[in-house]
Amino acid sequence: MSNVLRLPPARELELGRVGESVKRVDGVPKTTGEFEYASDLSAAGMLWGHTLRSPHAHARVLSIDLSDALTLPGVRAVLTHDDVPGQKTYGLEFADQPVLAIDRVRYFGEPVAVVAAEHPEQARRAAERIVVEYEPLEPIVDPERATESAPLHPDRPTAGHGYRDDPRPNVVRTMLISHGNPDTAGDVSVSGYYELGTQDQAFLGPESGLAVPDGEGGVDIYVATQWLHVDRDQIAPCLALSPDQVRIHLAGVGGAFGGREDLSMQIHSALLALHTNRPVKMVYNREESFTGHVHRHPARIWAEHRAMGDGRIVNVRMRILLDGGAYASSSTAVTANAASFACGPYNVPNALIESTSVYTNNPPCGAMRGFGAVQTCFAAEAQIDKLAAALSIDPVELRLLNAIGPGDRLPTGQPITGSLPVTNVIKRCLALQEPVPEELPREAIRLPGGAGNTTRGEGVKRGVGFAVGFKNLCYSEGFDDFCAARVRLFPDGSAEVHCAGAEVGQGVSNVVLQVACTELGTDRVRLAPGSTANVASSGSASASRMTWMAAGAVRDACRAALAERERTGGEVDVERIYRHPPTKALDPETGQITDGPAHVALACAAMKVVVEVDVDLGLTRVVWIGTAQDVGKAINPQAVEGQIEGGTAQGLGLALMEEIQTRDGVIANASFTDYLIPTALDMPRVVSDLVEDPEPDAPYGLKGVGEPPTVVSTAAIVAALRDATGLELARVPVRPDDIAGLV
Amino acid sequence: MRVTVTVNGERHEAEVWEGESLLFALRERLGFPGSKNACEQGECGSCSVLLDGELVCACLVLAAQADGHDVVTVEGLGAGEDLHPVQQAFVDAGAVQCGFCTPGLVVATAALLQRTPNPSEDEIREALSGNLCRCTGYMKIFDAVRTAAAR
Repeated sequence: MSNVLRLPPARELELGRVGESVKRVDGVPKTTGEFEYASDLSAAGMLWGHTLRSPHAHARVLSIDLSDALTLPGVRAVLTHDDVPGQKTYGLEFADQPVLAIDRVRYFGEPVAVVAAEHPEQARRAAERIVVEYEPLEPIVDPERATESAPLHPDRPTAGHGYRDDPRPNVVRTMLISHGNPDTAGDVSVSGYYELGTQDQAFLGPESGLAVPDGEGGVDIYVATQWLHVDRDQIAPCLALSPDQVRIHLAGVGGAFGGREDLSMQIHSALLALHTNRPVKMVYNREESFTGHVHRHPARIWAEHRAMGDGRIVNVRMRILLDGGAYASSSTAVTANAASFACGPYNVPNALIESTSVYTNNPPCGAMRGFGAVQTCFAAEAQIDKLAAALSIDPVELRLLNAIGPGDRLPTGQPITGSLPVTNVIKRCLALQEPVPEELPREAIRLPGGAGNTTRGEGVKRGVGFAVGFKNLCYSEGFDDFCAARVRLFPDGSAEVHCAGAEVGQGVSNVVLQVACTELGTDRVRLAPGSTANVASSGSASASRMTWMAAGAVRDACRAALAERERTGGEVDVERIYRHPPTKALDPETGQITDGPAHVALACAAMKVVVEVDVDLGLTRVVWIGTAQDVGKAINPQAVEGQIEGGTAQGLGLALMEEIQTRDGVIANASFTDYLIPTALDMPRVVSDLVEDPEPDAPYGLKGVGEPPTVVSTAAIVAALRDATGLELARVPVRPDDIAGLV
Repeated sequence: MRVTVTVNGERHEAEVWEGESLLFALRERLGFPGSKNACEQGECGSCSVLLDGELVCACLVLAAQADGHDVVTVEGLGAGEDLHPVQQAFVDAGAVQCGFCTPGLVVATAALLQRTPNPSEDEIREALSGNLCRCTGYMKIFDAVRTAAAR
């Protein structure tokens, strides 16, 4: 272990049991600036690392000349793929991504070489002096043409993993769900084509970390990540080290939202540290961060909904195309999720869903909050509104009429055996009373266009939208999903809990402590810093699973520790692994369940949105949002509300402003000047109603709460814009030009 | 070059490179990492500090420009258990999640309440619109500002 670092102090909780609103255990140091984020770390003798990245979306690398860079003052190492001692590629699920480019770059910003120097500016300048000779190649930027283009990965990294056979070039995964009789006709049919742009997680804390050589050939990496153990398992083979020689410690995480599931600077900093035998810190700047992590898949969706005259949906047909970008990341799972939730939380007896992700030379895509369900919710809810219009039925009534619930079957054939109160969340949301329209004239800040004073209210129309969304909790499709927790009980009555579940801001530290205090019946509980050195894997802080899994593991470990102390009477130290009920793979040909459920549990949310739109200028203002969310049991109600409000804001961003724009695969807006995220002026008041319908298989009946608000809010906001404008608005983000009729 | 800056009431000297921002000097040379480096181009407000009492983004000020001037960072508002009322309100209201934006928001809120002790919701929104938060959706931040103002 390194002795040069100030580890974050073990955290103590004042009080708080399961179900109480408890102040954040890291709240005080985060308000005083004393909380150490990954970018705040330092060590004696530390060097700064910098990454040279590809300026091309697709090119052959003909040569790399380091000689100039190595002569610059302060430069201690300049490394390329030749210096990667072990496996040359890595990946979250498929090792298809080079640690450093070998003979080809496949996306704009792909790492080519890394530098370590005494000052960050020296490292940047040295990187500029590396001479790379590229032969630019035609980039694949249109996902619809990817399957007719030369393969970017001729070795087909995702083939042979049990997915449906799709021999077309550049297919990452195709999933087909064929349910009932997909040729079933209805009295009414509505169709639509929908598009979603590429969204960025835009966490505020940039990718950062510090690698410290241990002097014995191993390395300690202090990093902001979502899954310590799977980082380790990807890093160690590339460094040609055993897993126990690579210890990953959780440094303060400045937000994640899926963007820290894949590796960023971990292997690079470790390579530099081991090469120089000095600690190496890497901190991406904002521009680099936009190329340093995967994004939400942009999507193209073709949908047809068929219903009987009384409103019953009888058939949904949908084709989903997801642009996975240059490397696989978690595209295979996103593909399955998009398909699984394509029909929305409705009874759909017949369906034909085809979901395909492809390799292109666009920025790599992977996990982001909502994980495939965001894209299909946007399309499916627009279709429901279209259907309501075609049937002359109130859109909320139509949703209630078709709402799925316990005992019904998903289009994968999976029966709903747990909690899924779709009807109840719709009714509770409907009961939330939107504010009456504000009078004119009024302060410009409360008009579309805001303080720019672009209107006095002429041409401003009000609209109300409604949407429902749902998503799975935890990992699916047979993944062995587990979480470890370790509990030590001391003779003085105090306790220490170890759990590697990453605190990324969502509040899992409080959950762990609340569960431990509840189970142990004491407030004298400390949470030790997360580290691969002290406890087994927790799985990732993602998939709305961390609260469920950590609560299960800590509960079980606490109960085991109490039993052990009962037996032995002394100090005890026990570790327990928690697993949720198993899931099973879907049939690759039909997308139907085989010998068990593909998803362990589901959660839903309904949302009502009021907007005002300046239909002449295309400017929008979201006035009010009311939402009812299925939360199972709120472990920390204040934190649950925070997840709902924040998740809603990210969906608002996708609806109205957030899109990574590329030209020939090159990102054109890699800054907060050009990639806009919602500000304090963009977010309306959000009223949240927590619907507690306990999940029978989950500890304390809880459900993950992070993703449903993001799944539903984009759809609900655009529904309100359609109500105000009468326009189809089938693409997000909705731009002023779309509303003003300029495109 | 050598600069002398008063940070949180104490004189500090540092040897800096001419191109270094005040933010880099505070974080990496003077031991004040509370101000955060989220965009380093003046868009996110995470590095907000008071320079001679004015709210500025420390990433847009050169360390050299701060030579001979007075800087207050988030560490100067309150530390340890001795919290500034704004810091306490952020904790109480649940306005902190990942917390990376929090130091900047705390400084911006303190500056707001200094000049407008009882801000309206519109005034709060406008004053904090230069501080991006990706986690909270701002609701509980507004609650915290009102709580701090009331106290």
